[in-house]
Amino acid sequence: MTKPLAEIQDLYVEARTDSGRKVEIIKGVSFTIQEGEIVALIGESGSGKTTIALTLMGYTRSGCSIAKGKVLLGGEDLVAMSERDRQKLRGTDVAYVPQSAAAAFNPSYRLIDQVVEVVGIHKLMSKNEARLKAIELFRALALPDPEHIGDRYPHQVSGGQLQRLAAAMALIGDPQLVIFDEPTTALDVTTQIEVLRAFKSVMRKRKMAGVYVSHDLAVVAQIADRIIVLKGGEIQEEGSTQRILDSAQHPYTQELLAAFQPAPFVPPQLVETEVSIRRPVLEVTGIYAGYGPLQADGLPLKTVLRNVSCKLERGRNLGVIGESGSGKSTLARVIGGLLPAVRGHVQLNGRELDPRVSGRSKEELRRMQIVFQLADTALNPARSVADILGRPLAFYHGQKGAEQEARVNELLDMVRLPRALRHRMPNELSGGQKQRVNFARALAAKPDIILCDEITSALDTVVAAAIIDLLKDLQQELGLSYVFISHDLATVQSICDEVMVVQHGETVELLTNDQLPDGARHPYSKLLFSSVPKLDTGWLDSLPAHPGNPDR
Amino acid sequence: MPGQITLLVLGRLGVTLLTLLIVSFVVFGATLLLPGDVVEILLGQAATPEAVAGLREAMNLDSPAIVRYVQWLFGLIQGDFGMSYANNMPVADMIGGRLANTLRLAAVTTAIAVPLALFLGITTAMFRGSLYDRIVTTLIVSIISVPEFLIATLAVLVFAVWLRWLPALSLANDVNSFGQLLKVFAMPVITLSCVISAQMIRMTRAAVIEALKMPYVEMALLKGASRTRIVLHHALPNAIGPIANAVALSLSYLLGGVIIVETIFNYPGIAKLMVDAVSTRDLPLIQSCAMIFCFGFLLLITIADVIAILSNPRLRR
Amino acid sequence: MNQTPLLSPRFGLRMNAVGILSGLIVLFWILVAFVGPSFAPHAPGDIVDFDFFGPISSELWLGSDYLGRDIFSRILLGTRYTVGISFAAVCIACFSGVVLGMTAAVIGGWFDMVLSRVLDALNSIPSKLFGLVMVAAIGSSIPVLIVLLAVIYTPGSYRFARALAVNCNTLDFISVARARGEKTIYLISQEILPNITGPVLADFGLRFVFIVLLLSGLSFLGLGVQPPNADWGSLVKENIGGLAFAAPAVIAPCVAIASLTISVNLLIDNLPVKIRDRA
Repeated sequence: MTKPLAEIQDLYVEARTDSGRKVEIIKGVSFTIQEGEIVALIGESGSGKTTIALTLMGYTRSGCSIAKGKVLLGGEDLVAMSERDRQKLRGTDVAYVPQSAAAAFNPSYRLIDQVVEVVGIHKLMSKNEARLKAIELFRALALPDPEHIGDRYPHQVSGGQLQRLAAAMALIGDPQLVIFDEPTTALDVTTQIEVLRAFKSVMRKRKMAGVYVSHDLAVVAQIADRIIVLKGGEIQEEGSTQRILDSAQHPYTQELLAAFQPAPFVPPQLVETEVSIRRPVLEVTGIYAGYGPLQADGLPLKTVLRNVSCKLERGRNLGVIGESGSGKSTLARVIGGLLPAVRGHVQLNGRELDPRVSGRSKEELRRMQIVFQLADTALNPARSVADILGRPLAFYHGQKGAEQEARVNELLDMVRLPRALRHRMPNELSGGQKQRVNFARALAAKPDIILCDEITSALDTVVAAAIIDLLKDLQQELGLSYVFISHDLATVQSICDEVMVVQHGETVELLTNDQLPDGARHPYSKLLFSSVPKLDTGWLDSLPAHPGNPDR
Repeated sequence: MPGQITLLVLGRLGVTLLTLLIVSFVVFGATLLLPGDVVEILLGQAATPEAVAGLREAMNLDSPAIVRYVQWLFGLIQGDFGMSYANNMPVADMIGGRLANTLRLAAVTTAIAVPLALFLGITTAMFRGSLYDRIVTTLIVSIISVPEFLIATLAVLVFAVWLRWLPALSLANDVNSFGQLLKVFAMPVITLSCVISAQMIRMTRAAVIEALKMPYVEMALLKGASRTRIVLHHALPNAIGPIANAVALSLSYLLGGVIIVETIFNYPGIAKLMVDAVSTRDLPLIQSCAMIFCFGFLLLITIADVIAILSNPRLRR
Repeated sequence: MNQTPLLSPRFGLRMNAVGILSGLIVLFWILVAFVGPSFAPHAPGDIVDFDFFGPISSELWLGSDYLGRDIFSRILLGTRYTVGISFAAVCIACFSGVVLGMTAAVIGGWFDMVLSRVLDALNSIPSKLFGLVMVAAIGSSIPVLIVLLAVIYTPGSYRFARALAVNCNTLDFISVARARGEKTIYLISQEILPNITGPVLADFGLRFVFIVLLLSGLSFLGLGVQPPNADWGSLVKENIGGLAFAAPAVIAPCVAIASLTISVNLLIDNLPVKIRDRA
């Protein structure tokens, strides 16, 4: 076997907590990277994957330090090296592509100046040569207008373009090893596909080695030669991509893979009395809404929703799927009365609702509850779980004291949380627990409808799957109807009877569950559905090049 | 987009004018709070009713407050500051030379304090947590925590009483040589510089530290950039707005500072004039001085905000 | 779902030596403000020394002032003015500032715009100048001083509280409460206030220092607390003549002011942090 390009030997990284206590976050990790090989580090948040990847640059984020072990790059130990020597390696021998290129570009400089900065720092070539090389890279990464895109400022190009520009910035110094830190996580699926494809072709052509950090097995399957599965700062399993996908040994890896095959959709059993009359419980017609002052045409300056209509029958679920900026979350705010529509109607059980919260009766408000995406900000950090759940009980149902306490316990049981959690503060809960409390608060009102705005998007795959199961169970028990807003096809597919595809604030298509995903007719729906990565190493290469979506 | 910048700047200037208007209203409103009759205060108890009526007429006191406010405001705009109650002189004449003295003091202080503070603010941010940083920040907290007169007192104790290098009082009128100038200015300038640079160092340091936390700074580090390059090239250009603000706000402490410093060192500036006017309750003089000070303050803040707008890269093309 | 231990995370209170020391000094001055004058060895108005600017002695612990009065006793009494007036003023200023600030953030719209514009304008009058103009117009009795200081520092407190509340107001839990149909008063008192108490208390401390500084400054100019009463600022002014011979009469009140204000500042910087150790 040839000498590896990079090698991590028995690495331990410590983090200092707020009280000065030291905690090991990486516990004895060892692996190698061969020349030209792409190794993926897979794991959920807190698994230490980014921390490990950054040690390959001899860098730890503030508060962390390498306690033990070696990080060898081309035979030299980065841990033992002086900071000055490490600076010489960064950008030339090993380079970094960040998760959010939007934040990693300095807003004060033109893109080209930042892309070629490495060349200037390490005095690799003349400014003019560097510029030509950058343009060549832009072209290789399929960026539009490669000659001039570099003359723009970071805020003037799209997220997908920035991510590719960040890759150009990493590649300009011809590094032997490139570290990709979740480079497509923040992107929409249709954009992700373009970026992935660009990364893959460039890496293949230049035969560079890479470390690809991600939480998404399907994405990694497209680009990596080998996968290392991490959890709690330790390696769980390691093997070639195909081997991991086909015959994962470790239970944790199996769990990750299982989360990719969501439980099949079972139409909810309708309550008998409702079967005969299929009356919509919620009906939205011709909504126009947006932000900013009204213009001469009666629409707001920034109109987000245009003529959106949908309806939801009792005991059924409506999915709203779209990419960022499609206006899907705005729709939830309009229905909930937080953002009054400028035109259109919202009807609840056949009765017209006032566009704004202040004009709706308490009873109307009770029947419809919203659950937001980020449980971190949706729960007041200064109030205990019991207070958070108790308030809607007191507000809508006038329950106090022992009665309220009993009901809070009941709600915690419903969302499968231990009753002891009632005295906890939100920041003492895990992400999944927070989202359950967030959902229990909506249940407390005893609503007919719950608007779920991306409620699983911020959660790790395994946790998200459990939440979806919970939602289904509760629907059976309580006869709820959900409006389920998401960007994720799999989630929507597993729970919704009907799915509305939205783009640029307009309805593109309405599909029933059995039409998903292959029954889509509109080109955008097709593009959207086909862009969802599959757990198949050949998926990306098998796709035809997308027409009509070159620069998102 | 240049249109957008122009609009923002114009909007900012509009806010300044509106603020100035509200300030003038408050400053004028102070006269209305004066207990008793101004004329009786001026003429004393023994004044004849005719004299009182005559003066009332002359001062236009019988017209409603709002009319007097408008007249006063238009007078100010045209440079007519009114007549002093106390010594029956045009306020403008009393202010003239004094204003120049104060501006001279302020200019010398600014010239020393701003470069010093920027240097210390940036370097302490660069070497955050070092011994140097800790010494400077501790000193700053102490300076910020105590009144200006205490710094002045301390300066007198050290330089005039113990070291005997400098005279305790300054009299700007009999300056004949550079050496004398230095001596006259030294004590007020030392005091003022201490006061304003402490604020400036603190805010500059905070602004640079904030900029150093940005992800693009980490990115620069991972490109192999040196610490100096990271601070000077990546953090500073994005901290211009906050730093300009810090400088402007600190210079406004100069206004509070000169009031004390001119009094304690007996420096013949406009602030001393104003403090003296308070003891004689010479309102036209006080109001005029107050408006000059507020105008200076708003001018500084506005300039800082305009710099912040112009330095925002997101508005650039 | 992922399993986390049900044990409550570890709590701890930690405060460093600087924090404890400055806390003790602040406590000391509060105590002196309450009971100090009854421990005064001499009546503050009595002339007890034939010499003026007398030195420190076993009889006169901090020497005598420009009339030969006991400085130690005068400082004990002055504490009551300096601490008392400042405390009353900071309470009024922070209460009105925080209430107005949160209301403006939650209601928004015209109410917020007009209030912010007017208070920002007031804020742009340098505090000492504001003080001078008002004292010139209405004099400087103690109640006037308290109200004046409160009015001068309300806009700053408003601005601070409003900024915090506006940040808080954009968070989803406020949207949830609005969607539930909650009224402004509930949003302010139950959802926003508990989340901004920490910073607001720190601001309270800082503002107290500002007020002590301004009050001392005004008194130093002879425009604050009027004779025969004297706060620490007045004591410095009365005895400034002793500066040339470094008399304790002028140094002692200076030390008193500095010890109080520096301690409050250090106390805020070293507040006991409630530590929640991430397990």
